[in-house]
Amino acid sequence: MSENPSSNGLLVEIVGVEKIFQRGAETIHVLTHLDLQVRAGEFLALMGPSGSGKTTLLNLMGGLDRPTEGTVTVAGERLDQLPDRRLAAWRARHIGFVFQLYNLLPALTAERNVELPLLLTPLSKAERKKHVDTALAVVGLSGRARHYPRTLSGGEQQRVGIARAIVTDPTLLLCDEPTGDLDRKAGDEILDLLQALNRDYGKTIVMVTHDPHAAARAGRTVYLNKGRLHHEPVQ
Amino acid sequence: MKFLHLIGSHLRHKKLRTALTLLSITVAFVLFGFLSAIRQALVGGVQMAGADRLIVRNKISIIQMLPESYQARINRIPGVDFATHQTWFGGIYQDPKNFFMQSPVVPQEFLKMYPEILLSPAESNAWLQTRTGAIVGRKTAERFHWKIGDQVPIQSTIWAKEDGSRTWVFDIVGIFDGRDKNTDTTPLFFRYDYFDEARRYQKGQVGWYIIRIHDPAQAAAVAQRVDAEFANSPAETRTEPEGAFIQAFANQTGNIVFIVAAILSAVFFTLLLVVGNTMAQAVRERTGEFGALKAMGFSNGQILALVLAESCLLAIPGGAFGLSLAWLIIARGDPTHGLLPMFYLPAHDIFVGLGISLLLGLGAGIFPALKARRLQVAEALRRL
Repeated sequence: MSENPSSNGLLVEIVGVEKIFQRGAETIHVLTHLDLQVRAGEFLALMGPSGSGKTTLLNLMGGLDRPTEGTVTVAGERLDQLPDRRLAAWRARHIGFVFQLYNLLPALTAERNVELPLLLTPLSKAERKKHVDTALAVVGLSGRARHYPRTLSGGEQQRVGIARAIVTDPTLLLCDEPTGDLDRKAGDEILDLLQALNRDYGKTIVMVTHDPHAAARAGRTVYLNKGRLHHEPVQ
Repeated sequence: MKFLHLIGSHLRHKKLRTALTLLSITVAFVLFGFLSAIRQALVGGVQMAGADRLIVRNKISIIQMLPESYQARINRIPGVDFATHQTWFGGIYQDPKNFFMQSPVVPQEFLKMYPEILLSPAESNAWLQTRTGAIVGRKTAERFHWKIGDQVPIQSTIWAKEDGSRTWVFDIVGIFDGRDKNTDTTPLFFRYDYFDEARRYQKGQVGWYIIRIHDPAQAAAVAQRVDAEFANSPAETRTEPEGAFIQAFANQTGNIVFIVAAILSAVFFTLLLVVGNTMAQAVRERTGEFGALKAMGFSNGQILALVLAESCLLAIPGGAFGLSLAWLIIARGDPTHGLLPMFYLPAHDIFVGLGISLLLGLGAGIFPALKARRLQVAEALRRL
């Protein structure tokens, strides 16, 4: 495994984070005084209603956004202090994203989509192919490598998305509503896969979801409501 | 190279849009090639003009004649190596459309003045032996299927013979080639002594003189001396380098270089807008994709490079294909059948064309690339 948690086993430490958006004259407080810790090897679900700040929090953990105040430390790195260029390189090494709408490039086959993060590494073509084949095998899509996204089902596309997210063996998997666009059966298959990645490969996963059924698959669930974090469901 | 597949993927994915944009680029560069060949045909003579040759013409106008007796005086002017003369014949072979230049010359002087005219010694001797003999450039010979020994009647629009007839018959005694690519091999040259004896009027008058000077650096000084020699005479002269003389001829059809540049500028500006719009559309509809790439770790600089590379991947092959097509069409020869004797696409212009296609790719892609570069990842991912 490639994780480098802090000495107390924490992979993610978020302390006193505020996130404020300015929309014209309007000021929107998305996250307020937020503290969160995620241990290495944990499967954490982030639940909350729409607009509660779940995706914003996920973006902060993945270095896609910066907090207005507070600190975000992931794999020992203070993301709030990293310059943009180093942040991109850090992301390439440590983060695997799984998106609700898969975000596959329609012009590329499944294997070419999975290969994308590897283009940023010094691996040779043969080595990249080996990694891609392995990732596709883990998600059970070895036989669909040459297919374009338009010929894959929603569940298959999401599995390609997961393969792409894990192909570089990232430190942290961030999943934003990974089953949000799937039916129950396909969604369950995805959740089975995520659980297997966590259980069998020790992957640290943070999953945003509004579905209690999906959240139940995680080891721990936290709740966001109006930008504040709770450890119990908010009525 | 590993990014090449990614760069080309979107172009392959949107086949119709890519094909139509490529087609517009190709057409523009076919036009570029064609206009370059036309420009070359009209001003190419300027480039080939001898740096050590001056032209002496009547100060009033090129169509006013000069006395043949000037030759001896010109030969005595310091700085002059030797002089010879030519006259515009203005003949027609069968049909006015079959234009090519004809001129009476003094054979030995002419061949010495123009070493780029390649004629075998045997043919040169035959010309000296045959009063009505003429030598013709290979392009014209092949065009009309003339061979040595043929008799060729040419109708002069200017010169009547003593018997009133305007039909001059010449014996083809030689076919010449050009030493250089730019050498004009369309003219026909015949003997001045035959011409002067047979013409009804203006005997002893010639069209212009060509002077070979010892030192090209002294061209201006020699020109001044020549004109000073004939100042205040009935036929005053104007002496200038051969290149300037040819340029003046070309300028009679307008400022060709300017016209060609203006047309091509308008074409390429429009093309820039077309390709730029294509790229802008491509970036707009792939905002989510760029967001995903950035999320994966592609830097802002890499995203910019990907978009620019895609734009160039559209422009450069389109330009190369257009130039290739132009070259193939131009290789078939002068479309005017005689008005553009040096009609070809210079290698220099091919490289310029490729350079323009690269600039087109960069120019069309830069603003969409900057937009993609500036995309905020979180914002881009929301736009799915």
